Amino acid sequence: MNEALTLLSFGEMGWGDTIAWGVFITVTLALATLPFGLVLGFIIALAKKSEEPSLRMAANVYTTIFRGLPELLTLFLVYFGISIAIRNGLQLLGYDIYIEVNSFVAGMAALALVFSSYASEAFLSAFRGIPQGQYEGGYALGLTRFKTLRLVIFPQLVRLALPALGNLWLILLKETSLVSVIGLSDLVREAGIAARVTKEPFLFFGVACLIYLVLAMISSGGLTAIERWSKRGDATR
Amino acid sequence: MIAANPETSAQRPPAAPKKWTNARIAGHVLMALWIVSGAYLVYFLASNIVSPFFQKYWPEYIDGFIVTVQIVSLSLLIGALLSIPIAAARASSWKIFNWPAYGYVYFFRGTPLLAQTFLIYYGAGSFRAELEAVGLWTFFREAWYCVIFAFSMNTAAYQAEILRGAIENVPKGQWEGAAALGISKPVAFFKVILPQAMMVALRPYGNEIILMIKGSAIASIVTIYDLMGETRRAYSRSYDFQAYIWAAVAYLMIVETLRRIWDKIEERLTRHLKR
Repeated sequence: MNEALTLLSFGEMGWGDTIAWGVFITVTLALATLPFGLVLGFIIALAKKSEEPSLRMAANVYTTIFRGLPELLTLFLVYFGISIAIRNGLQLLGYDIYIEVNSFVAGMAALALVFSSYASEAFLSAFRGIPQGQYEGGYALGLTRFKTLRLVIFPQLVRLALPALGNLWLILLKETSLVSVIGLSDLVREAGIAARVTKEPFLFFGVACLIYLVLAMISSGGLTAIERWSKRGDATR
Repeated sequence: MIAANPETSAQRPPAAPKKWTNARIAGHVLMALWIVSGAYLVYFLASNIVSPFFQKYWPEYIDGFIVTVQIVSLSLLIGALLSIPIAAARASSWKIFNWPAYGYVYFFRGTPLLAQTFLIYYGAGSFRAELEAVGLWTFFREAWYCVIFAFSMNTAAYQAEILRGAIENVPKGQWEGAAALGISKPVAFFKVILPQAMMVALRPYGNEIILMIKGSAIASIVTIYDLMGETRRAYSRSYDFQAYIWAAVAYLMIVETLRRIWDKIEERLTRHLKR
């Protein structure tokens, strides 16, 4: 037991700082992906609820692709695909250099693609929960389409979409573990390094799992608080 | 819709031509982009069927596909069997059953499948002496068994939640109605409650199968040559990006086919609920 604590401690003897760095990368990656995924997902949801059939179809093709591909494959496609695309583009311009894509950026792009396709469904079902009268009311008050969306629809939308988005956040947090495969030193990779050096794989992967659990618990706590905040208007009734 | 007036037989005026709104322009441009890239993809794949890459690797892709199907079906089956006692324990009011089941489900749903697979595959090495003593080392030494074990445990947690949610979703009146008719509890469960619960559970079960197919790609990281594993091997040998493109097409076709079949099954099984 003491041995395990020494291994996990910070400083010279332990792997605590390595693991902590991994946690930092994991959380940063998830947090950095979130805004892109949310914005992209919202735009796609808008396209999906549009009256224009071609726009709806284009959005549906997008979600079909990124919900059907395994996340790991999306990651590889983006990671290798971007560098090949950049290389081909530079070759057209007459340069022949190989550029290694940053695995953080590639991971972020791939996770944002996957996240946005799921988030668009969450937003879409939230849109369906808002009665048509809300739009009509907004227009009747002389608000523009954009202002109606921003001031009338969006606040209600957030409330309706939050539970589903919260779930997606928890899934995103878990999916960041995949970037360890393309060499980003996230929690799983750092734990793997520690496990290989110390020959204590069960200890370190167990700790990694527990850290993911703690992150999930903290997130659920935060999400409950956000949900309560978004529903603060309901309490007065 | 107003029909043509039968008395005057006046025809409706033709519909006004559709305006080119911004949304319509954007939709057409995006759709054109998809169609062009789709057509290019088809052209690319068709022109590469005779390429040395495809000639060399297609049998391995088939092997990988078979391995993926084996992993997914075995794990789902074992997971389904495991999920029944877990769901029962989870729904039980006895804390000695309820809490461990809750912990199990929380652990497997709260941690990444990749970390679970590593924990079991590499972690088993920490207990080599103990495992050898009970004769389980040959089981945990093989990546194949570890992957099946990890995936089964993982999907069991998800399936237990689906099962429990579906059963609790059936109104209490159904139990009471069965009791009023003098039907014993086990019979009521299997003949009254379970069929209704399965109806609700159909969609989540379908999603779980698709999640499992997508998740099974993780097996490739621990040296299993499933569809993804064969893809990675082909890429590392040839440095040809089409390795991943073929895999993407294969996975998309598998998932899409399954989703459509599942939709049909669901439509068929719930046709009495259509209003």
